[in-house]
Amino acid sequence: MKLRSILADIGKSLATAVWFMVLLFPLMVMKVNVARGVAQIQFRWNLLPLVGVGAFVLSYAWRIALEWNERRGANKSEGMSSRIRAAGAAYLARPAVRTSSLLVLLAFVIAFPFLFGMYHTNVMITAFIYVILGLGLNIVVGLGGLLNLGYAAFFGVGAYTYGLIWKYIGPSFVAAGMDPGWLFWISLPLAGIIATLFGILLSLPVLRLRGDYLAIITLAFGEIFRMVMQNSGDLTGGATGISLIPRPWFFGQKLPPTKAATYIYFIAIVLVIITIFVVRRIEDSRVGRALEAMREDEVACEAMGIDLVKNKLITFALGAFWAGIAGVLMAAQTTYINPDSFTLWESIIILMAVVIGGTGSIPGVIGGAILLKLLPEYFRALAQYRMLIYGIAMILVIIFKPDGLIPRKRKQYTFERKEATK
Amino acid sequence: MALLELKDVQTFYGNIQALKGISISVEEGEIVTLIGANGAGKTTTLMSICGITPIRSGQIILKGQEISKLSPNRIVKMGVSQVPEGRRIFPQLTVSENLDMGAFLRTDKEGIRRDMEQVFTIFPRLAERRNQLGGTLSGGEQQMLAISRALMANPHLLLLDEPSLGLAPLVVQNIFEVIQKINKERKTTILLVEQNANMALKIANKGYVMQNGVIKIADTAAHLLENEEVRKAYLGL
Ligand SMILES: Nc1ncnc2c1ncn2[C@@H]1O[C@H](COP(=O)(O)OP(=O)(O)OP(=O)(O)O)[C@@H](O)[C@H]1O
Ligand SMILES: [Mg+2]
Repeated sequence: MKLRSILADIGKSLATAVWFMVLLFPLMVMKVNVARGVAQIQFRWNLLPLVGVGAFVLSYAWRIALEWNERRGANKSEGMSSRIRAAGAAYLARPAVRTSSLLVLLAFVIAFPFLFGMYHTNVMITAFIYVILGLGLNIVVGLGGLLNLGYAAFFGVGAYTYGLIWKYIGPSFVAAGMDPGWLFWISLPLAGIIATLFGILLSLPVLRLRGDYLAIITLAFGEIFRMVMQNSGDLTGGATGISLIPRPWFFGQKLPPTKAATYIYFIAIVLVIITIFVVRRIEDSRVGRALEAMREDEVACEAMGIDLVKNKLITFALGAFWAGIAGVLMAAQTTYINPDSFTLWESIIILMAVVIGGTGSIPGVIGGAILLKLLPEYFRALAQYRMLIYGIAMILVIIFKPDGLIPRKRKQYTFERKEATK
Repeated sequence: MALLELKDVQTFYGNIQALKGISISVEEGEIVTLIGANGAGKTTTLMSICGITPIRSGQIILKGQEISKLSPNRIVKMGVSQVPEGRRIFPQLTVSENLDMGAFLRTDKEGIRRDMEQVFTIFPRLAERRNQLGGTLSGGEQQMLAISRALMANPHLLLLDEPSLGLAPLVVQNIFEVIQKINKERKTTILLVEQNANMALKIANKGYVMQNGVIKIADTAAHLLENEEVRKAYLGL
């Protein structure tokens, strides 16, 4: 029985290998040399077995991984690794351990800019911006279950709010003898509000849409925003964008770049903490649960008297708000914005951070955002394969950990006998 | 005055007319049942009352007020709640969260807590599973949850759409007893849609037989049980 299934696997992998050899033949084996205007085909036969063996090995490994995954799903509660994991979780759940590890983490986060210098600090700020974005999008996708592919537009609304305020109010602000750094602190809440308004604006046409249609409309919204920013050159600086955006005010001092990065790093941390706090409150509130109910079943929601229109407005508005905040932070960090920072790819990467990390799970989304931002920074050599690696990671996560790397933990799954006998 | 009255209600799905002018009246404290073949328009009737599928013409009058133009949440606020066809519980929410969603429009925390304990006494199986995810409940338990969730709104009028669908005979018996109990003890008026016409007519005061979007027969439940046509078509006798 066992032998037969192994033989079957080998057979299928062989077929895959042959198929790949045929498929890749023109690509890998045939090489066209153009010498003095004459094209010559060179056959590199030695590459053919390489393709075959490679495809065979990969295909076989893939099959084994799939089988392992199935078996793992079948006996989830048993097995050594899950017992170790349960013990680990229990250990971490102990209050003393929890507090001390949180303190260690906090100490590390605070010490980070002083230990690692400006480059790494800036990388971390970007990661934090993505954490805020991820948590915001998580409200829309994770709680509300509404796919939003235009999320980067709200990020852009935030950044452009700050940029435009700087461009139009900045000069008179400076002329009046005020520190332009104040504009950051004015823009921060304002960008949140304006992004929220845009969120509501977008939610109006999509009230009746779900799934694919919603994805397409939000995608279009994102692109329209970018196009408008790109093509209204007089107003927004067009493709060149807006530059020399001031850094946040710091007691009237002009900070050198290193110190400024450290300062923004701490602002980012505070904003991340506020975001986590608020998002958790939303999740535990009745409104949050109504959003989840909407994700589960719209008709049932209506029968319960849950107002879907209001719910969708709330979902988009809340999601957009955090993107607006993140946008201002981004503009302040880079001091330069242009429409290229808010493309569809940006939306997709934020969405990936949510899905890979664990849709609906706050620690998951934080982990996903940091992972997706840090890895490409520290593996620059692989930069050209970035999208390929993201794609493969996505497929692997969807197959092997469909709930994400750190899945959402529901409060309890258990069935309580005790209550019944009482 | 009737608690609920439908006057010549017509409802369309696009170009398809599902309700071709139906009139129903439900008195305070009654159990009224709506029976009919598949596709007759029973679910559509309940959805029209709730405002989920808006009507094209006619009137729906609840407690003397025209409600056909109101949004679903306003109608729920006026004391109508529904156990929709196919249960439609929230699978990723726990049993108690599902119940809390049923009480969404209420703000009296104390009352909600009390009512939750009360539905747990009606369905002790749910009490044991209050922290279990709705989606992991058995079919019968899900139906209990759907009924309990609708009760959490503290309705005057409870609309039930095929509560016996897909349940074992013993569970069906239990569900029907509970429906009667809710009607007697809470004085909740009930509009019950059922395929199980025999049982429905036994607990109802009045019945309507629907066919192809119109009301074919309207009579007391006792008369309908005797009616030759009904016996042949719906009771399988
Ligand atoms: N969303 C919809 N779009 C189009 N037609 C619909 C829709 N829902 C129901 N219909 C049609 O309306 C008619 C009445 O449907 P309804 O669901 O009210 O029947 P029903 O009496 O509840 O049947 P059943 O006993 O099978 O539940 C049917 O012909 C059905 O095909
Ligand atoms: Mg039906």
